[in-house]
Amino acid sequence: MNTELRKQFPILQENIHNKPLVYLDNAATSQKPRCVIEAMDHFYFHDNSNIHRGVHTLAERATRSYEQAREKVRNFINAKNSAEIIFVRGTTEAINLVAQSYGRKNFHAGDEIIISTMEHHSNIVPWQLICEQTGAKLQVIKIHENGELDLDHYENLLNDRTKMVAITHVSNTLGTINPIKKIITLAHARNIPVLIDGAQAVPHMQIDVQNLDCDFYAFSAHKMYGPTGVGVLYGKEAFLDAMPPYQGGGDMIKKVTFAKTEYGDLPRKFEAGTQNIAGVIGLGATIDFLNSVGMDKISQHENNLLNYANKILHEIKELRIIGNALDKVGVISFVLNKVHPHDIATVLDTEGVAVRAGHHCTMPLMDFYNIPATTRVSFGVYNTEKEIDIFVAAINKVKKIFAC
Amino acid sequence: MSDLEDLYQQVIIDHSQHPHNFCTLEHPSCSKEGYNPLCGDKLTLYVNEKNGIITDICFQGSGCAISTASASLMSDAVKGKTIAETLELFDEFQKLITTGKSENPEILGKLAVLSGVSEFPMRVKCATLAWHTLKAALVKDPHIISTE
Repeated sequence: MNTELRKQFPILQENIHNKPLVYLDNAATSQKPRCVIEAMDHFYFHDNSNIHRGVHTLAERATRSYEQAREKVRNFINAKNSAEIIFVRGTTEAINLVAQSYGRKNFHAGDEIIISTMEHHSNIVPWQLICEQTGAKLQVIKIHENGELDLDHYENLLNDRTKMVAITHVSNTLGTINPIKKIITLAHARNIPVLIDGAQAVPHMQIDVQNLDCDFYAFSAHKMYGPTGVGVLYGKEAFLDAMPPYQGGGDMIKKVTFAKTEYGDLPRKFEAGTQNIAGVIGLGATIDFLNSVGMDKISQHENNLLNYANKILHEIKELRIIGNALDKVGVISFVLNKVHPHDIATVLDTEGVAVRAGHHCTMPLMDFYNIPATTRVSFGVYNTEKEIDIFVAAINKVKKIFAC
Repeated sequence: MSDLEDLYQQVIIDHSQHPHNFCTLEHPSCSKEGYNPLCGDKLTLYVNEKNGIITDICFQGSGCAISTASASLMSDAVKGKTIAETLELFDEFQKLITTGKSENPEILGKLAVLSGVSEFPMRVKCATLAWHTLKAALVKDPHIISTE
C-alpha cells in the first residue's frame, strides 16, 4: 500500500542533512496528507466565514462544512448522536473540560479518582488540579515490568469513594494497548464513569465508543494525520447534558440578560467562542483519508512494522526495549547501554531519521523504570520496512561513535 | 570533519564517559541544582569559594554526553578562578557555542572543543546547563535553575 500512499504526503519528499527523511516520530505528531492541507486551504480560499451566525452564503457554507465534520467524527467512532461530539483544541483540553466541568460539580473531599502509572501528563495534571480544588485524591494503578496494567491492583482500588476512572487507551511511551473494555465494565459495575484518553489509539485502530461503553473519549486530530489545534471530546449525552459549561462566551448561549444566561443545547454548550473552523474541516478530511485507507489495513500494516522492528532490535544486545506488553501498537521505546537518548536522537537526525528522545511527558513512568529518558520510534501508515533498516543502520552508527 | 564528528570529538566522549570532578563536597560553601525539563537532564553543583575565588567544584547528576562533558570541562576550567573571571568565561563560552566563533580563544582553552555544538541549536541548552547553574550558585539565585 505504501508507494502510492506515501505520495499523498508531500513532506516525505524532504531531505534532512542531504538524506531522505525517515519520519518515526508519529506518536508526537503525524504528517499530513495533501487532502487535509487542501481541505483547509480550500476553506480559507473559498468559504472562510464565521459559523452558526451569518445568513450570507459563505456563513452557510462554513457552517455546513463544520457540521459535516462533526457527523464524520460521529460516524468514525460510532457515537450515537452528533450532539455527543464536542470540538476542542486537543486531548489535553478535552480532559481538562471533563475534570473541571464534571469534577467541580461531582467531586468532594475524600473522593478518589483512579489513573495509572503510564498516563501522559495530560491525563495526570488536570486531575491533580481538580483534586486541589475539591479535596479529592488521586489513586494510581500500578503496572507490571512488561508495561501492562496490574488489573488486580485496579480492582482493589475501586471502592465507594471512587468517582472517576481516567485511563489511556494506548500508552504513548510503551505502546501498550490497555484492556479498556474490561476496565470500563469493572467501573460501571460500581456506577463509576470512565474517561478514555484515546490520543494514541485513534490513529491506529477502529474505535467504537458504543461498543466500549466509555462515558468520555478524548483524542487529537494532529496524531491522526490531521491539523494541530483541534481535537474531540466524545461524551455520553446524559453526562454532557448534566454538566455545567466549561467556558462561557459567544455561541454557547440561548439567551443572555444581565440577570441570567440560558445555555445553548449540546454540543454548543461546550463550544464557546469562534472555533478552529479550518482545523475542524481538516479533521473531517483526515477521517475521509483514514476511511479510504481502512483502519483494519492501517492496524495490520503497523503491526507488521512492529514485528519487523522488534525482531531486528532484539538482535542488538546493547539495546533494551522498555515496554513489552503482549498487545501493542507500533511504538518502541528503548535504551542503548549508557548512551543518552538525546545523543542517539542527534546522531539519528544526521542520518535523516526523526525520533523522539526524552521522558515523553510521562515522568512518573520514567521513575517506575528508574531511567531518565528513552528513545522512542513510533510508526505510521506511511512507514516502510526499508525505513526501519535505515534506522537500525543509524543505531549502529551511534554504537560506533560511543564505542558500545 | 563532519558536523557530527565535530560535535562528538573524542575529548567530549571521554569527558562524558569519565567525567572529571564527578563527586560531592562535604561542606560546600554553596550548592545548586540545575534542570532541563525538556530532556530530564539534571545536575547538582557543589562549590567551595574563598575570598571570591573558586577553590573547589564538583558535580553529580545525569545527562547526555554534551551536558556531562560540558560540566566536566567547566569544573576543570573554573577551579582556581575568581568569580569575575568565571562569569567572563561563561560569556565567552556562550558566544562560542551559539556562533561557533570566539574573539578570545585563548581564555577558552579546552572549552573550545565544544564549538561544534553551534551547528546543533537544539543542543545548546545541554552545553549551557552546568554554566547557568554555576552562575546562579555564584550570584546566589534562590531558584532551581532551568534552561527553559
